[in-house]
Amino acid sequence: MLRIEDLKVNYGGIEAVKGISLEVPEGEIVTLIGANGAGKSTTLRTVSGLVKPASGKIYFKDEDITGLPPYEIVSKGITLVPEGRRVFPDLTVLENLKAGAYLRKDDIKPDIEWVYSLFPRLKERSWQAAGTMSGGEQQMLAVGRALMSKPKLMMMDEPSLGLAPLIVKDIFDIIKEIVRQGVTILLIEQNANMALQTANLAYVLEVGQITMTGTGKELLVNEDVRKAYLG
Amino acid sequence: MGAYDLFRLFFPYILSGISIGGQYALIAIGYSMVYSILRLINFAHGDVFMVGGLFMVFAAATFPLWVAIPLVVFLIVLLGFTIERVAYKPLRTAPRMSVMISAIGVSYLLQNLALYFTGGLNRMYPAFPWISDTISVFGVSTRRVTVITPFLVVALVFALVWLINNTKVGIAMRAAAKDFDTAQLMGIKINSVISTTFIIGSFLAAIGSILFFTNFPAVFPAAGAMPGLKAFVAAVFGGIGSIPGAVIGGLLIGIVETVIRGADITLGPTGLGLFNRSLDIAAFSDAFTFVLLVIVLVFRPTGLFGDKPTDKV
Repeated sequence: MLRIEDLKVNYGGIEAVKGISLEVPEGEIVTLIGANGAGKSTTLRTVSGLVKPASGKIYFKDEDITGLPPYEIVSKGITLVPEGRRVFPDLTVLENLKAGAYLRKDDIKPDIEWVYSLFPRLKERSWQAAGTMSGGEQQMLAVGRALMSKPKLMMMDEPSLGLAPLIVKDIFDIIKEIVRQGVTILLIEQNANMALQTANLAYVLEVGQITMTGTGKELLVNEDVRKAYLG
Repeated sequence: MGAYDLFRLFFPYILSGISIGGQYALIAIGYSMVYSILRLINFAHGDVFMVGGLFMVFAAATFPLWVAIPLVVFLIVLLGFTIERVAYKPLRTAPRMSVMISAIGVSYLLQNLALYFTGGLNRMYPAFPWISDTISVFGVSTRRVTVITPFLVVALVFALVWLINNTKVGIAMRAAAKDFDTAQLMGIKINSVISTTFIIGSFLAAIGSILFFTNFPAVFPAAGAMPGLKAFVAAVFGGIGSIPGAVIGGLLIGIVETVIRGADITLGPTGLGLFNRSLDIAAFSDAFTFVLLVIVLVFRPTGLFGDKPTDKV
């Protein structure tokens, strides 16, 4: 579904991504694990159009989307749940969801109900300013907001960051549910254990390069991965 | 001295203060909205307001008013839009200081262009039928525009607040004001949102300019400097970024400066008789605004309704 070929990205004066190639098959959960500064976030930001690549190609459903502006990427069905959730703090929960559906012209009410059914907590807090909610609730809102664009591919940047283990489990359960409903997931995580258990396909990214590929289960038992990322 | 006499004494100043304050508020909203999105003090805003006055002088000399007024409003909106595209947009990723210096440059450019086209002469602002007419309110004679202004300001502010709270454009503006990157991830086009902000700000400045200059004898190249500066102080006082704050700040400055301007009369021998010679308090009416600015910046830099200062990345 998403194919990245030899992508190079300069970010803040350094070559953050040094020619990576990867593939995200439709209907699967793919994870990209790696240490801080390995280039994971930069890769996702480049796919979403926030950062322009230095070279390389990005294909979505065999269409070249390299270097398109973010609003075109969103309209093609790719969304990014950014690192640190980044909900709009002064907007209410409902307004955040409406912001997520910004490009849509059709009726968004059924999707608001769908998001509320995935995250009943958000429904209770519909009129509350998003900034006043807990980290876990904000993460749910960030995911719900991303779903409002009716994405075919949802990229998630560290959804478990700073959350209690119980909440992390909830978030991953929701991710599996979202995939069942037909959304493909590209997930980056420092919490490699959880990510590898959930993912069908995994890539290990080290200082801007992919050093290992396999199914989630293969990498979970791989000696090098265990040493580096699973402690 | 009875209550009625006190009312008779102060009412004209308060009435005119509310009106001038409303005009400051319309300009202040433009400063505030642009700041909340770009973190930029748009120093050219007061001069856009002045150019609105000059355009009207020339337009009213050629066209009937029903053409001239919408034409001037449109041209000012176009001017605000163009300034953003030419002088600020190319500097989107530059340090904030560069954009501010560009704004100061545009301000001087507009003043000097105005100087060139007017030859430095004061230009009489056209008198509009009906709104320039002199009327009597509770025994006080004033122009009709003085009475219309507060109502028009309230209507415009309500419309604007409604737009920001209830429309897609409003959600996009509030989202972009907090976080450019995430707003873009929603599919929001940042440049359109910024242009919209400049269009709204310039529209309000154009209306403000019509109201202001109708009560003001002439337009000259520096005519936007003082009202612009006062509107800026109003925006800071109210908490820059806040629309209700800008309105309250504008009204407060307008009322207080007008009351101070009348203080020699209201407090002097012909008024309350607190002193029996002229103290020339009126001369300090402008100083009040800037003393207020210093006090606000020292004791409450975020203003009345201001957000805690946040740096946007």
